[in-house]
Amino acid sequence: MEQENVIIELKEMSKSFTVKNGVVHALDKINLKINRGEIFGIIGMSGAGKSTLVRCINLLERPTEGQVIFDGQDLTVLKPAQLRQARRSMGMIFQQFNLLMQKTALENVCFPLEISGVKKEDAKKRAEELLEIVGLEERKDSYPAQLSGGQKQRVAIARALTTNPKVLLCDEATSALDPNTTRSILELLKDINKRLGITVVIITHEMSVIEEICQRVAIIDSSKIAEIGTVEKIFTAPKSNIGKQLVYSESKPKGEPKAEFDDTNKRYCRIVFDGETSFKPILANMILECQSVVNILYANTRNIDGQAYGQMVVQLPPEERIAKKIIAYLETQDVNFEEVDYV
Amino acid sequence: MFKEGMIQMLGMGIYESLYMTLISTFMSYVIGLPMGLILVSTDKDGIYPIIWLNKLLGFIVNILRSVPFLILMITVIPVTRKIVGTTIGSKATIVPLVIAAAPFIARVVESSLKEVDKGVIEAAESMGASPFQIMFRVLLPEAKPSLLVGAAISVTTILGYSAMAGIIGGGGLGAIAMNYGLYRYQRDIMFITVILLVIIVQIMQEIGMKVANISDKRL
Repeated sequence: MEQENVIIELKEMSKSFTVKNGVVHALDKINLKINRGEIFGIIGMSGAGKSTLVRCINLLERPTEGQVIFDGQDLTVLKPAQLRQARRSMGMIFQQFNLLMQKTALENVCFPLEISGVKKEDAKKRAEELLEIVGLEERKDSYPAQLSGGQKQRVAIARALTTNPKVLLCDEATSALDPNTTRSILELLKDINKRLGITVVIITHEMSVIEEICQRVAIIDSSKIAEIGTVEKIFTAPKSNIGKQLVYSESKPKGEPKAEFDDTNKRYCRIVFDGETSFKPILANMILECQSVVNILYANTRNIDGQAYGQMVVQLPPEERIAKKIIAYLETQDVNFEEVDYV
Repeated sequence: MFKEGMIQMLGMGIYESLYMTLISTFMSYVIGLPMGLILVSTDKDGIYPIIWLNKLLGFIVNILRSVPFLILMITVIPVTRKIVGTTIGSKATIVPLVIAAAPFIARVVESSLKEVDKGVIEAAESMGASPFQIMFRVLLPEAKPSLLVGAAISVTTILGYSAMAGIIGGGGLGAIAMNYGLYRYQRDIMFITVILLVIIVQIMQEIGMKVANISDKRL
């Protein structure tokens, strides 16, 4: 039953490249299961191997070792023609859109069908349907050079969907777009996932993208999977170092001045809200209970898949006694917190 | 200054030059275009790497490209005689022209095809396109404007080669310049042929660039 639910499975998959001065291990024994119908995120810093990972899923890069199982079929043993057939069940979109520049939007969307031998008129009909889904039916005769980045990505999405794929692989699909366009493209991906039931795999270096649409996420760091879990879990309690780095650095506004804070007293406390506690006035209660004010240095709550999540960093009062009291109070509450030495 | 029939002779020269150039260009493309495609596709980073074939073809192209046209022309005289039956006149010039121009065109085509965005090729691969489909439905159509610019360069280069063929008895404007300008010291006639060649090159280049620009949808 569980096996049936898995659409992509990577087993002990490694990929190394031979370069001038030796061998580079881009991916090292990756094990990963992606479920049918979910939106799965893969995040990592640049150079972590995430782009190689997504290319290994449709074998644009052939893994050096291990298996890639797609819909119950091991892709690594297929003959070239069989592999091409399998690829038609996997759409892919890219950071640079990769549209055919000499063809119109409509011709671009027709392309995958034409190469799989569908008649021109049928291909055109299907392409028009898809352009409607992505909201570009009136731009069908435009060339890519006449379209904006967001529109180009919509064409690319329509093109990736023409062959009715089971999976849509997105390689940094929003990294070249501005925040508003990014949001609308992510909405579209969400909609496609819901409406057509297509599994979406998203590669990104932006935590905000993961947070916006993914249900589960894998964090890649130096060729390995550092952490894997639901987005809520990783956002509220990242375990790995890279996870902490990604979650905390992303959620803090950049360039925030720190110098104003009293640095002689470095007792900070990070309180995490995991979707339930945020509705209770914990901080206010704590202040009343302990008869002491705390300085809120940083606070950020957000909506993840309909639930509120967030964290807050408070500075504890300098008096040891009161600080202890506050910690003790927090311990009695059903809330995650930890003392930290950074803001 | 002009004797009877001079205009007619120059007219004939233009016709012969164009005849040699256009036929040779066409035949060189018949050979050079597939060579260029193979050079790009069989490269180690290409869509269908066959290293030995790539190296071999590259080697042949380099050899032919490194022989000066004048020497090549003389070297292939026996081949010309076998194919055309004669070694003089504009028809005979086509043989060395094609042998010299085909490898040149192979390189021009190769560089045009290499300009095609790797990402677009990758996208086609991700859709399940075969190497042949990528060649004919991605590489060639995407490189079309660049290929047309290359064709304009090639045709003018071949016109230049064809004029050189005047030395060994080829026809066309080159032969007229050689016979009247060099051997009979009729500088004025040589001057006119040079002007005519310049005009022809200008026209061909202009047309080539215009067509390339019109066909390019990236603007």
